[in-house]
Amino acid sequence: MSPLKIKKGSTSHSAYNLRPTFSDVQERHTLAAIVENEPGVLARVIGLFSGRGYNIESLTVAEVDHEGHLSRITIVTTGTPQVIVQIKAQLGRIVSVHEVHDLTVEGPAVERELAMFKVAGTGDKRIEALRLAEIFRANVVDSTLESFVFEITGDPKKIDAFADLMRPLGLLEVARTGVAALSRGSA
Amino acid sequence: MVVQALKDQGVDTVFGYPGGAVLPIYDEIFQQNDIKHILVRHEQGATHAAEGYARATGKPGVVLVTSGPGATNAVTGLTDALMDSIPIIVLTGQVPTFMIGSDAFQEADTVGITRPCTKHNWLVKETDNLAGVIHEAFHVATSGRPGPVLVDIPKDVQFANGSYTPPEQVQTHYNPQVKGDMAEIEKLVDLMMTAKKPIFYTGGGVINSGLAATQLLRELVAATDFPITSTLMGLGCYPASGKNWLGMLGMHGLYEANMAMHDCDLMINVGARFDDRITGRIDAFSPKSKKVHIDIDPSSINKVIRVDVPILGDIAHVLEDVLRVWKAKGRKTNKDGLAKWWAQINEWRKVDCLKFKQQGKTIKPQYALERLEALTKDHDRYITTEVGQHQMWAAQYLGFEDPNRWMTSGGLGTMGYGTPASIGVQVAHPDSLVINVAGEASWLMNMQEMGTAVQYRLPVKQFILNNERLGMVRQWQELLHGERYSHSWSEALPDFVKLAEAFGAKGILCDNADDLDEAIKEMLAYDGPVIFDCLVEKHENCFPMIPSGKAHNEMLLGEAETQGAIDAKGSVLV
Repeated sequence: MSPLKIKKGSTSHSAYNLRPTFSDVQERHTLAAIVENEPGVLARVIGLFSGRGYNIESLTVAEVDHEGHLSRITIVTTGTPQVIVQIKAQLGRIVSVHEVHDLTVEGPAVERELAMFKVAGTGDKRIEALRLAEIFRANVVDSTLESFVFEITGDPKKIDAFADLMRPLGLLEVARTGVAALSRGSA
Repeated sequence: MVVQALKDQGVDTVFGYPGGAVLPIYDEIFQQNDIKHILVRHEQGATHAAEGYARATGKPGVVLVTSGPGATNAVTGLTDALMDSIPIIVLTGQVPTFMIGSDAFQEADTVGITRPCTKHNWLVKETDNLAGVIHEAFHVATSGRPGPVLVDIPKDVQFANGSYTPPEQVQTHYNPQVKGDMAEIEKLVDLMMTAKKPIFYTGGGVINSGLAATQLLRELVAATDFPITSTLMGLGCYPASGKNWLGMLGMHGLYEANMAMHDCDLMINVGARFDDRITGRIDAFSPKSKKVHIDIDPSSINKVIRVDVPILGDIAHVLEDVLRVWKAKGRKTNKDGLAKWWAQINEWRKVDCLKFKQQGKTIKPQYALERLEALTKDHDRYITTEVGQHQMWAAQYLGFEDPNRWMTSGGLGTMGYGTPASIGVQVAHPDSLVINVAGEASWLMNMQEMGTAVQYRLPVKQFILNNERLGMVRQWQELLHGERYSHSWSEALPDFVKLAEAFGAKGILCDNADDLDEAIKEMLAYDGPVIFDCLVEKHENCFPMIPSGKAHNEMLLGEAETQGAIDAKGSVLV
C-alpha cells in the first residue's frame, strides 16, 4: 500500500524539503564585521559559514581598536540575494559580533589587497617582469640574480591581472592577504 | 564563587553530575543549602531536565557537569535547546589551564565542540572574570531569542581566589531590539482591518516571550475573532478549548488548520519560524496570502518564506502595540469576509480528521491518549513527550489550556528527551501531575533517569505507548520504502513492569481497552513514579499527514485499508 504516488528518485522522497524558489542570481558582496577581539571569535564566524554552507571568497582579520578590544573582519562572499541577507542576519546574531556592514550596498567603498609574487627568471623574461612591475606600481622587496619578490597593493582585479602577466615570466609563488575594505566619504 | 553567582541569579535548582574537574564547585555546593542539586544518571539527562525545568517555569535551567565526557554528553541537550530556543546555562569543568592542549585525562575542547550548538560559550581563564562571565551567560541565555549557553571553567580557576563581580556591575553590549517598528505594525493593522481570510500562525516564541505575550495574544484573538493555529512548540499559547482554536498545523497537523493556512489571505506569524515540518512544499505554501512575521530573531525573517511585513521585536511588546493601534483605528475587521471564512472553516472541521474507531480489545494509541486526556484534563497537569508517533498523537489528542504545560523536543526531535524533561518539570512543580507520553523505543534511550525520579521521590508518570516498533520510522517505511521494515522493530524489549520494580518504582501493564480507564486511574492514584506499559496496536499510522514535498492541501487523512472509512482514492485528498 503506497498512497503517496511519489516518483522514484524524486527529491520529495526525502524528509527534507526542496529549497525555495528565490532569485538564484549569484551576487558578490563585501561584508565588514566589527567583533570582540577574544579567543574563538574567528572560529565562530568561519563555523557559521561552513555550518550553513555559505561561500567565503576571502577573509581578513586584524585588531583595529586595542583599547576597545575590537577586531575587524572583512569577508568577501557570494550568494543569492536571499542568502546574502541571511549571512548578515546570522553574523549579527553572534553574540561577539558588534556590527555588520554590507559595503556593497551601503554606498561606494574602496577595496584593497596586498600580494607578494616570487618570480624567477633570467635574461629577457627578468627584464620584462621588472618592466611590468613598474607599470603596475609593484615594489621589489627582495632580489637575487635569478629572482624577484614583488609587493603589489590594489584592487583584487588588478592583482589578478598582474598574476596573469607574471605566470609566463616564471611565477613561483603568490601570497595574498585577502580584501580589506572601507566605505568612502566621512560616514 | 560559582555558587554565589548562581544564588545572585536567583537559581534554586541545579541538575548535574560530578567528576574530577568540577570537584571544587561540588565542594561549594556541599557547604550550602540554598541551591538544590539534582543528581541525574547521565549528563544528557541533566540538560533535558534543565530544559523541562526552564519550559515549565519560564526561568533558565542550570546544569553542572564535568570536563571531557561530561561535556560531550551534554551536546545533544545543548543542540536540542538551541533548536527550540530554551534558555539553559551549562557549567562544565575543564582541566587546569596549564594542562589545556596536552590531551590530559578527561580533556576535550569543550568550547570548540559546543560552539555551533550554543548561543554563546565562554572559557574562563581567570578567576576574576568568572562571576562576570556567569552573569553575562544568564543575560545572553534569557534575552533576545533564548538559547543555551556554556561556561567552561578550568579546575585551577575554580580553586583560586578572585574578586567577585555582582550582576548589576556586569556590562554587556548584547541588547537585542524588543520594540517593533511602528510603520510595520501600522501595515499589519491595516491588513487586519480588511482581510477576508486571516489566520494567526503562532509558535514557541509566544511562550518564550512570557505570560504577557500569551495574554495579549488571547486578547487580540478574542477582539478580532480571527482563527488561530499553532506549531508543536506553541501549544498552550491559546487554549485548546477556545472557540477560535483550529488545532496544531503542520505535517501531522489538523485538516482545518492546514487548509486554512493554505487558503488564507492574511497570515500573521507570531513567533514561529516557517519550519519545514510546517510549510511542506515551499513553492505551494499558502500561495494567496500576505504574510506578516513577528520574530525577535532577524535571521528567522525571510530565511525560508519571503514575508510582506517583517516585524522585528519581542512578541509581547509588538502585540501590545498592535492592539493599541488597532483599537485607535476603530477596532475594524472585515465582518462579512470573516463570517464566510468561518463558514468555510466549519466545513473543514466536519471532516473530523482525528476520528478513529476503537474496536475490540487491542488498544488504539489514539484511544489511549483520548482516555488519558479525559481522566487527567482537570488535573494540574504537565505533559512531556519523547519523539515519534506518540508525540504527534499527544499533540493531537491532548488539550493544552495554558502555556508552559507542554514540553517536547520540536526542532531537533531528540528521542530520550521526555523522561529527563519530566523529571525537570516535576522538580519545578513537585505537587503537580507530570506525565511523559512516550514510545517504548524513545523511552529506553534515557531510562536510567528513573533512578533520579526514585531518588528524589518525583512522582513522574511514564505513559509508554508500546507498539514494539519505531512507529514513525515504520510508518515512513510503509508509505515510502515499499514496506521494507529495515530495523524498525525491537526484538528484545524489557518487561517494563519488572523494570519499574527494579528501579523501585511502580509498573502497570495494560493490554486491554476495557481495562484502560481503571489502569490509568491506578497510575494517577499512586504517589510515586510509575512506568505504565500500554500495549497498543502495532501497525497504526499517524494521520493526518502531509507527505514531504507536498502542499498543505495535499494531506493524507487516513488509510482506507485499515479504517474502512474512506476509499483508497479518497485517502489522497487533493
